[in-house]
Amino acid sequence: MCSCYYSSVWLHVNTGECNLASKHVPLQYLITLHWFETLFLCVFQRMPAPIRLRELIRTIRTARTQAEEREMIQKECAAIRSSFREEDNTYRCRNVAKLLYMHMLGYPAHFGQLECLKLIASQKFTDKRIGYLGAMLLLDERQDVHLLMTNCIKNDLNHSTQYVQGLALCTLGCMGSSEMCRDLAGEVEKLLKTSNSYLRKKAALCAVHVIRKVPELMEMFLPATKNLLSEKNHGVLHTSVVLLTEMCERSPDMLLHFRKLVPQLVRILKNLIMSGYSPEHDVSGISDPFLQVRILRLLRILGRSDDDSSEAMNDILAQVATNTETSKNVGNAILYETVLTIMDIKSESGLRVLAINILGRFLLNNDKNIRYVALTSLLKTVQTDHNAVQRHRSTIVDCLKDLDVSIKRRAMELSFALVNGNNIRGMMKELLYFLDSCDPEFKADCASGVFLAAEKYAPSKRWHIDTIMRVLTTAGSYVRDDSVPNLIQLITNSVEMHAYTVQRLYKALLDDISQQPLVQVSSWCIGEYGDLLVSGQCEEEEPIQVTEDEVLDVLEGLLVSNLSTPVTRGYSLTAIMKLSTRFSSVNRIKKVVSIYSSSIDVELQQRAVEYNALFKKYDHMRPALLERMPIMEKTASNGPTEIMQTNGETEPSVPDTKHLPLVTQPANQANDLLDLLGGNDVVPVIQTTLPTKPASAGGELLDLLGDLSLSGGLAPAPSVPVSQPPFLLDGLSSQPLFNDTSAAIPPMTAYSKNGLKIEFTFERANPNPNIAVITIHATNTTEADMTEFVFQAAVPKTFQLQLLSPSSNIVPALNQGSVTQVIRVLNPQKQQLRMRVKLTYTHKGSPVQDLAEVNNFPPQSWQ
Amino acid sequence: MMHFLLLFSRQGKLRLQKWFTPIPEREKKKIVRDMTTMVLGRKPRSCNFLHWKDLKIVYKKYASLYFCCGLDAEENELLALEVLHRYVELLDKYFGNVCELDIIFNFEKAYFILDEFLLGGEVQETSKQVVSRSIEASDMLQEVSERPRSR
Repeated sequence: MCSCYYSSVWLHVNTGECNLASKHVPLQYLITLHWFETLFLCVFQRMPAPIRLRELIRTIRTARTQAEEREMIQKECAAIRSSFREEDNTYRCRNVAKLLYMHMLGYPAHFGQLECLKLIASQKFTDKRIGYLGAMLLLDERQDVHLLMTNCIKNDLNHSTQYVQGLALCTLGCMGSSEMCRDLAGEVEKLLKTSNSYLRKKAALCAVHVIRKVPELMEMFLPATKNLLSEKNHGVLHTSVVLLTEMCERSPDMLLHFRKLVPQLVRILKNLIMSGYSPEHDVSGISDPFLQVRILRLLRILGRSDDDSSEAMNDILAQVATNTETSKNVGNAILYETVLTIMDIKSESGLRVLAINILGRFLLNNDKNIRYVALTSLLKTVQTDHNAVQRHRSTIVDCLKDLDVSIKRRAMELSFALVNGNNIRGMMKELLYFLDSCDPEFKADCASGVFLAAEKYAPSKRWHIDTIMRVLTTAGSYVRDDSVPNLIQLITNSVEMHAYTVQRLYKALLDDISQQPLVQVSSWCIGEYGDLLVSGQCEEEEPIQVTEDEVLDVLEGLLVSNLSTPVTRGYSLTAIMKLSTRFSSVNRIKKVVSIYSSSIDVELQQRAVEYNALFKKYDHMRPALLERMPIMEKTASNGPTEIMQTNGETEPSVPDTKHLPLVTQPANQANDLLDLLGGNDVVPVIQTTLPTKPASAGGELLDLLGDLSLSGGLAPAPSVPVSQPPFLLDGLSSQPLFNDTSAAIPPMTAYSKNGLKIEFTFERANPNPNIAVITIHATNTTEADMTEFVFQAAVPKTFQLQLLSPSSNIVPALNQGSVTQVIRVLNPQKQQLRMRVKLTYTHKGSPVQDLAEVNNFPPQSWQ
Repeated sequence: MMHFLLLFSRQGKLRLQKWFTPIPEREKKKIVRDMTTMVLGRKPRSCNFLHWKDLKIVYKKYASLYFCCGLDAEENELLALEVLHRYVELLDKYFGNVCELDIIFNFEKAYFILDEFLLGGEVQETSKQVVSRSIEASDMLQEVSERPRSR
């Protein structure tokens, strides 16, 4: 009975008739009817339609907390997922769009990937539009389903509607994988030849993408490029130029092939400039700046290292450079590109000067972006067009005061590149002022740059020391750690400035002990030159009156201060110890040292214990041990902001002040001949005190020991890497410029036995008279080669020896060649040179070994 | 070429992201975070250019939205500013006095417009009118092909 009733309700509802109400049906009847209707709807119809995209966006935006938003998203995602499961074509598009929105908010959307594919495959344009959008957002080439798009894209590339084709080209061109590109390159090539400019321009950029992904496919697009530049349509022209640029950048052959297009490009550019107002492409009075810039860039690539092409574009570049309106950013964008092109091709000098002047004008522009771009470009050209850039030095220096961080940094780099012997004083003033006031992020680089520049171009030692002092006192905590040893070396080598230096450093310490590098350098100096300090010997300025106790107070203060790092404490303890031979208040020093022998800091403790031992058991050695440090050999510094490549691999000449200073044995021990090979059991502090001055022209390195040789200008070319031995290993000596005493020393035969003869030739590599450079020449008069030849040497304790690599280890038979090897001997005490040599080699299959003494050194080699 | 284009609000909410190179999802999120931090942290009158890894970053603020793109090192930054400006002009023409809300509620349209202006990280059309006409025509096509029920 119920079911009959039910079926009659159905009938009524279905036919839309609703006569019941007009028949004065009782209310209960109507309510029951309504109930059945709802039941019917729930059972026989689907869930309500998914909410619209805009509505979802609105709803999500009302969420007040992240948690609330997440809840809404989860709910909607669940609904979308079930909708996807039902394979509902109607709402797929809407659901995917919502998913893309949620994806943008940061929520996962991977379950929509396949749905995007289905949308792409649909015939409806709306579906395709959203489908391709979804593909571009969710389906990059890392996804497994990415390749499944290929067929759809292929079909759509051949679609009858250009907008569908456009969608496919766009998707392929933005994110097609290499496989996809390989599969579809042919279709793209076809479309590149179509007359439909809407498709042609897209195909050109698609081709660019294909070439980027699969460079081997470049060839296949070559035929299609034939007439690209004869197009009138700007869109096609622009994308064609991009395509040509890409091809030329990737393949030198293509570059050669397309060079012939230069006249055509010049013509197009000329038309753009000369043509009147074109509403379609006008930007602030300039016709199609995008195209102009791209053409300029292509011209740059084509004109690079080719005289003819460069000449062909000279005129147009000059025209663009002079005629472009500079009041707006767009004009400056074109000028910027023009300048880059001029500087890169083989342009005539007049044009180059014009370009640099444009950059100079840029520097004065109110627009920060333009100033920034100018500084960046000038930095690129400063090496090649140095003099031209120098003319704008004052403007560049003014940029140091700019408020913008990026501009300041560029200006700083450029300023350091412009420093030379002529402008050092003025530039340094500006740079030091900059150092005072700049942000901490700059201070380290600026300080290093100042040290470098000062070292190269300091007009006087006093100026140099003052500059260092200024940096240490103003930016002392930002100075790099390796500056401390470099500075110490510098100070040591400026012998006549010791008193002045120690006095200034002492005064600085009185003011401020928080800046560790300053404190470290100061303590070291006080330890070294404390005697000069208390004796009031300073010539450069008014000597201060200070007593030994005051000095020791300061040093002890460093030891106890919370501001001092462990390294600093080490410096001050050693300094105090050194003063025991320079001051008379030895007892006080003894006391300090003994206190620290129970310090918690292991390093300090060790030092104190050793110094204590020095007082107790080895007091006779103390004066010698704590003697004044010798002059250290100068090496070029290796700061990170090194702009000139004066130095490849430097051997650091760091005096490691943690160890005991150089032990100089008393004279009566010099005659002890040592064991061979390893007999140098004295570990010198300065491992490589050997000179590493570059043998280069220009004299751009300041010789602190010798004359002040100033250079007139920067030597732009990198000089010979310093740490290579100045002598070629085949025995030819390259004549270093400073060499003035080399000629006199005669060679000698050091060893001659069993057919092996070893000759020594002598040179002096540098002004340091303490170093002898000996080149050994080993020759073999027997009929068999001597293989695995090894030459070893040992010298008495007062010498230091360095053996460089041999030219080879085979001494050819019958004097057909020689093995050469360079030995450098440091002989600070000018003792008679003696050497023991050990030779090992294999001759006719059997090993040979021999020891010999060499005593017949000519006197000039060690005097 | 342009590697990516991001639009985000003053609070760092992403409004549009277009990537022209394949990058893992996690990396994309990191880049977005880095860009928003860097750009939002800039002082008001700084220049519009930054360096990040080996890319040049060019950004410009339009009302409450930041437009930020990452370019190859050899790209012309000043021109990139023009590209960003052109995109804003296109949006403005389409939506009429475009504001952030338009882009929020019609993000898919913003993408469609972008896809008519840039392709593979390069400019595909230099004429404003041509781009606008293409979009209009596509929209028309969409209307025609749609069933009565709207999305």
